[in-house]
Amino acid sequence: MMDMSILSWLIWLPIGGGVALLVMDTLGNTACRQTALGISIVTFVLSTLLYTHFDAATALMQFQENIPWIGAFSANYHLGVDGISMPLIILTTFTTVLVVLAGWQVIRNKTAQYMAAFLIMEGLMNGVFAALDGVLFYVFWEAMLIPMFLIIGVWGGPNRVYATIKFFLYTFLGSVFMLVALIYMYLKSGSFSILDFHLLPLTMTEQVLIFIAFLMAFAVKVPMWPVHTWLPDAHVEAPTGGSVILAAIMLKIGGYGFLRFSLPITPDASHALDWLIIGMSLIAIVYIGFVALVQQDMKKLIAYSSIAHMGFVTMGIFLVFTLLDNSGSMQGASLGMEGGIIQMISHGFISGALFLCVGVLYDRMHSRQINDYGGVVNTMPVFAAFMVLFAMANSGLPGTSGFVGEFMVILASFKANFWFAFLAATTLILGAAYSLWMVKRVVFGDIANDNVRQLEDVNAREFVILASLAVVVLLFGLWPAPLIDVMHASVDNLLAHVSVSKLPAGETGVALLNAVRP
Amino acid sequence: MNIPMSDFLLLSPEIFLLSMACIILVVEAFVGERQRHISYTLSQLTLVVAALISWNMLDTERAVVLGGTFVHDPMAALLKASIFLVVMGGFVYARSFHTSKGGLRGEYYVLGLFATLGMMVMISAHSLLTIYLGLELLSLSLYAMVATDRDSARGSEAAMKYFVLGALASGMLLYGMSMLYGATGSLDLAEIAAALTAMDEKSMVLIFGLSFIVVGLAFKFGAVPFHMWVPDVYDGAPTAVTLFIGSAPKIAAFAMTMRLLVESLGSLSVDWQGMLVILSVLSLALGNVIAIAQTSMKRMLAYSTISHVGFLLLGILAGTEAGYSAAMFYAITYAVMAIGGFAMIILLSRAGYEADTLDDFKGLNDRSPWFAFMMLILMFSMAGVPPTVGFYAKLSVLQAVIDINMVWLAIVAVAFSIIGAFYYIRVVKLMYFDKAESDEPLTANPDMQIAISLNGLLVLALGIFPGGLLALCSRVLA
Repeated sequence: MMDMSILSWLIWLPIGGGVALLVMDTLGNTACRQTALGISIVTFVLSTLLYTHFDAATALMQFQENIPWIGAFSANYHLGVDGISMPLIILTTFTTVLVVLAGWQVIRNKTAQYMAAFLIMEGLMNGVFAALDGVLFYVFWEAMLIPMFLIIGVWGGPNRVYATIKFFLYTFLGSVFMLVALIYMYLKSGSFSILDFHLLPLTMTEQVLIFIAFLMAFAVKVPMWPVHTWLPDAHVEAPTGGSVILAAIMLKIGGYGFLRFSLPITPDASHALDWLIIGMSLIAIVYIGFVALVQQDMKKLIAYSSIAHMGFVTMGIFLVFTLLDNSGSMQGASLGMEGGIIQMISHGFISGALFLCVGVLYDRMHSRQINDYGGVVNTMPVFAAFMVLFAMANSGLPGTSGFVGEFMVILASFKANFWFAFLAATTLILGAAYSLWMVKRVVFGDIANDNVRQLEDVNAREFVILASLAVVVLLFGLWPAPLIDVMHASVDNLLAHVSVSKLPAGETGVALLNAVRP
Repeated sequence: MNIPMSDFLLLSPEIFLLSMACIILVVEAFVGERQRHISYTLSQLTLVVAALISWNMLDTERAVVLGGTFVHDPMAALLKASIFLVVMGGFVYARSFHTSKGGLRGEYYVLGLFATLGMMVMISAHSLLTIYLGLELLSLSLYAMVATDRDSARGSEAAMKYFVLGALASGMLLYGMSMLYGATGSLDLAEIAAALTAMDEKSMVLIFGLSFIVVGLAFKFGAVPFHMWVPDVYDGAPTAVTLFIGSAPKIAAFAMTMRLLVESLGSLSVDWQGMLVILSVLSLALGNVIAIAQTSMKRMLAYSTISHVGFLLLGILAGTEAGYSAAMFYAITYAVMAIGGFAMIILLSRAGYEADTLDDFKGLNDRSPWFAFMMLILMFSMAGVPPTVGFYAKLSVLQAVIDINMVWLAIVAVAFSIIGAFYYIRVVKLMYFDKAESDEPLTANPDMQIAISLNGLLVLALGIFPGGLLALCSRVLA
């Protein structure tokens, strides 16, 4: 492996760049924008090194860095990535470049702070994905709230204060219980290393409590029904860049948390309570799909669609136990989990793209209401093409990346239970309904009013943003192999890990398992 | 009594501080209005030297001197050094406050030095009498400081309340001490501890004494239900005095609790643990909830102090070395955060106008992005959000609590800190999301600006590298 500190660079370069931007505030907006773009591109290029130097054959943590940090807690500055976190880091760096570009002309108020907030955010999110130490993870996880709180609150819409405080308190509420669980495991294992937590034997009661603590943190972040209500508010009020980061990456952190913490640390509790997660996911898929259908606000519609799609992710991840029980084969189980992970990545691109599309429209018309639009295709043909493509991808059209993940999860759920599959498959119908209906009302038809008549098509900057996303969406739709290959070893390893019970000898957990199963 | 010279060396910070305070008192009487800065400069020099002396004694072995009334141990050295540093910061802010109010007030610094001396005595006390002596020296100085604004009705009212309630609490403490003396026959902390371990059965009078002592301590901390004075005194006192009361004395109160409850009444820990649980849960609940309803920044910080005291007590009640060192870390870092928070009020104040309402913080980001950022760090630190030091303070306390199998208590604590987060982020909301009511640029002395910046950056730096201070806290207790 080459430069061993590449992960540190990915974390601290953007954070340092953000701080530098805050200091050079006075240099003027153009200089700040250019610096921010430069830093984000360099970070992205650096992150591609992770991909090119990644060894897909092993499930071990790669690019590891491990230096002592806080002696009193035996917490280390321990970084590393595997096939699950590496693609998410690249997704983060890629999205940040687009977000910096998207705010290029629109953000005129405190530009330096805006760009700085996104760069710092990028570094912190990379830190969350790379951290292999409990304290380090928690620090990045919570610190992430600060820039996002400011992004929504300073540059957001009219109801931004309500939305951002709700966002902050909701997420904070979820995560403090995770902190208690982390401390508990530290006291049992004597270290904060996440990899040590994976090997820590825990009784069923401990596992269930820890599982619930983690669930509170991650379910809020994903967000899962019924703790999803902060998301539509936050999305609607956030500036375009904020919505993109929220949808594309912050939601994924919840899914990532299930994979990195809940499953490997509490496999038996996850097994016993998988019906809960699957149930919540199915409700999200079906019920939230209907809710999305009736939205009048484009951003809200995409926000609800995100919740429904994230339901797929959590379902795919937690189907593994039923699949293992039914078939006993790793092959089938890995299908659901890999489908869930691919859905995370793909949803990052697609939802980001849709929010950027809404942003393009909003910058021109200052409205997100579907009723204010109509016939946009007549004045913005290039834009319309992109928007139709992303809406199709959102509804899972074969050939786009949205199809791959959904298809894998539905296939896996068929093996698990027909009704799971039946309900999950309704999302294909609902997803198509709300996405395409929105497109129909916004893009097609006659020109609705004079404002639409005066619209100008995308400029070069917007074209680059949307085109790069379109390329990625199609690329992974037609050829998902590069993505699946890198995560294969890690997913198999995770499955092998969760299929082995962690309960101490003598305790089977059957009594509790029966008690909690409906 | 023949006292060897080496004993006096261990007392050198106190002796130095006392002599200097007396000298400054005399100087103060003779210098004219124009040379008032002399007493300020002398005070700061005194504190620097005293801090260095204490810091150098960090590795000196534990020793009990002066006939068992005074103890030196590494914990005392660390706490003293940190109090000196906090008081130094407080004096810088106070000078700026007094300048904007027209003219320096020498008595503030002299009284501040005497209060500091009282805290030193409390930290190093090894006898009930010494503890009481230190406590009264601190309290009397503080009463006078609160009353310095003699033309203000609110100031006088606050001083009066503080004095009456403070006297009551001192009486309680003294009453408890007398029962303790009656039960064990000694004033010396070590002898009390030995007498308690030798006792087969705990007598009723002992438990009564313990209760009165805990009440006295809770009053000094401002823990619920003995918190009534805190909001009124914080609000009524001049801000320079509030920041003094709200910071360093918490460290001294921690030391006093360590000496009384842990060193001498350690064998009664089962009894005081339950009392502290009640105090801390009530403080967390009441402090955090009532703070939400405040419109005055000083009152909000007062209720926030109450909730922080609740957290600090959690560390002590854990009754383990990890718990004590967590509480010590909490006390020191809280003092640093608190002076920063009150200093921001001074920074925003202008001549003849005190910016002590929450609305005064509106739009601070437009007026001064840098100081808004400093306040942001301080607020998130108080809320316990990483990467600030407040997070590690909470983390280490929670760890100690979970370690003694009181997970429920940890969950109660974090649940209330979520409620607490609301009023801290409301300040951030006011600074960043709201429009400023006036766009007057901030005018403050350069030394004030530097001090606040250092204060905020220290909170951030300790949040990124907390290891050193955490290790130090557990080392001095080992």
